[in-house]
Amino acid sequence: MSLSPYIPIVGLFALGAGFALFSVAIAPFVGPRRYNRAKLDAYECGIEPTPQPIGGGRFPVKFYLTAMLFIVFDIEIIFLYPWAVSFEALGVFGFVEMVLFIITVFVAYAYVWRRGGLDWD
Amino acid sequence: MTTDIAAETLKLPSLDYAALAPMLILFGVGCVGVLVEAIAPKKARFPVQLVLAVLGIAASLTAIVLAAGTEKVTAAGAVAVDGPGLFLQGSIAVLGLVALLLISERSLERGGAFVAQAAVTANSEADRDQATRGSGATEVYPLIIFSLGGMMLFAAANDLLTMFVALEVFSLPLYLLCAMARRRRLLSQEAALKYFLLGAFASAFFLFGIALVYGYAGRVDFAGIHAAVLDSPNDIALLYIGLAMVAIGLLFKAALAPFHVWTPDVYQGAPTPVTALMAACTKVAAFGGLLRVLYVAFERSQWDYRPVLGAIAVLTMLVGAVLAVTQTDIKRLLAYSSIANAGYVLVGVLAISKAGLASSLFYLVAYGFSVLAAFGIVTLVRDADGEATHLSRWAGLGRRSPLYATLFTFLLLAFAGIPLTSGFTAKFGVFAAAIEADQTWLVIAGVITSAIIAFPYLRVVVMMWLSEPGESTPAVSLPGALTAAAVTIGAAATLLLGIVPQPLLDMTENAAHFVR
Repeated sequence: MSLSPYIPIVGLFALGAGFALFSVAIAPFVGPRRYNRAKLDAYECGIEPTPQPIGGGRFPVKFYLTAMLFIVFDIEIIFLYPWAVSFEALGVFGFVEMVLFIITVFVAYAYVWRRGGLDWD
Repeated sequence: MTTDIAAETLKLPSLDYAALAPMLILFGVGCVGVLVEAIAPKKARFPVQLVLAVLGIAASLTAIVLAAGTEKVTAAGAVAVDGPGLFLQGSIAVLGLVALLLISERSLERGGAFVAQAAVTANSEADRDQATRGSGATEVYPLIIFSLGGMMLFAAANDLLTMFVALEVFSLPLYLLCAMARRRRLLSQEAALKYFLLGAFASAFFLFGIALVYGYAGRVDFAGIHAAVLDSPNDIALLYIGLAMVAIGLLFKAALAPFHVWTPDVYQGAPTPVTALMAACTKVAAFGGLLRVLYVAFERSQWDYRPVLGAIAVLTMLVGAVLAVTQTDIKRLLAYSSIANAGYVLVGVLAISKAGLASSLFYLVAYGFSVLAAFGIVTLVRDADGEATHLSRWAGLGRRSPLYATLFTFLLLAFAGIPLTSGFTAKFGVFAAAIEADQTWLVIAGVITSAIIAFPYLRVVVMMWLSEPGESTPAVSLPGALTAAAVTIGAAATLLLGIVPQPLLDMTENAAHFVR
């Protein structure tokens, strides 16, 4: 088996690694240094990971809920797209299956909605 | 143009709805259960969910009975409906129904054995508040129904990918259920986290094993793997490593040593009714999957895997028996007992014969009923702080409540394999099958470990009957109708399968043929 089809991939990998290393290495020399509070945060949005009260304490899970809901719909789209492309070939059977799939997704959605998963506060 | 090509090559799978009905019904009922949670008012949820779950499982069981005798592969080769598959599905439905009775008990503890919100920080004020009052979460019903549906699919899966999906479907609800005990919240959360992390590891092993087997066979369906074992041009090492990793995933779920380490912690921390469900139904499902993989897909590799799995069976029986001796908590003791029993089932499985298959099926059902009744009694021995699981608290229980001590003694004797109990018939069956298949060394190990594990059982019996009840010996709570029914069914089945095992033996004998 010839390995030649993989050479472009290796090339791309080297290019990517080179770019990342170059960016990190050059930044301290050419970039301006203006510090502010946001720059020292671990993340620019979401929950501050530190400091935490001793023994844990409570933290809001609304970001996680949003992310998980997003994934649910994301997955749904992933399945909808190929179905839409070959809609004619799949025919009525595919249509019924897809409707069943969407209904089950909405069962989960209805649960989240009724239980207050969509309320921000 | 593209659609034309698709139309030519695309073949829609033929679905035999009658054969798939047991699983479809449960998944449908699970979805309705989630909707009930979303829509029904809080007060109505518990009765509605209970009725819905019981009817759902009963309908599923009816569909299984109606499908009896079917032998076919359906859904594009993803699901095999055959004797062992239907028998296992039926066992899962019946044992699940009995476990559901334990789970639904609300007279022992106000609001049931579950908390409303498992994510509340343990020992916080809100947590103490929800432990003492407030109705438990009724989400457990859809979770259990989904889990049972996944187990049924797992026992009938005819390719490795379907099997993996089924594994996740029945495991994920169990992880959640483990975290929902009303009392001893930290233990419960620890159990759930441990089970989840280790279960995720095992799933990863299983998935990587699938990839390697696919690399060897070029197929993931069991018939394809079976054919490839004979004539695949690929390196045989791929097959061995793949099979080993797939087996690790299955052995983990069946709690066989050295992949058993999670069992005592999880069985102890989980709410006792859920422990009963896991010990009975998960074991049936896990062995169902293991049987199908070993008998259908890798039958031709049996000379390679038999010694390894034989060593695992011996190790499992030894670990279960020896460590049971040192336990001081009744739930942990029963957990090690279930590990040892898994070893005995594996002895039957390793006969790789019709008799081995039939005796393993019988063992799983017999053990399932006994363990459900045993954990049912554990839920009854309690004081103001919940269940009294430390063994010292069981001292003198025979004087306080002779009925339940007698029942528990009977169940322990069944676990020990004393004649006239189902434990004897079951053990006799697997050992006879193993001797027939020239696996005498497994039987010798089995008999020796049976003698060892009889000791902890008898110690509990002696404790209950021959010690004086101390101040800390709790009185046995009067069981509600549901727990009483579950314990009665479990104990009656243990007795009946010991005295008149023939109907079930005939059933397993007739069922013991896999379709490929």
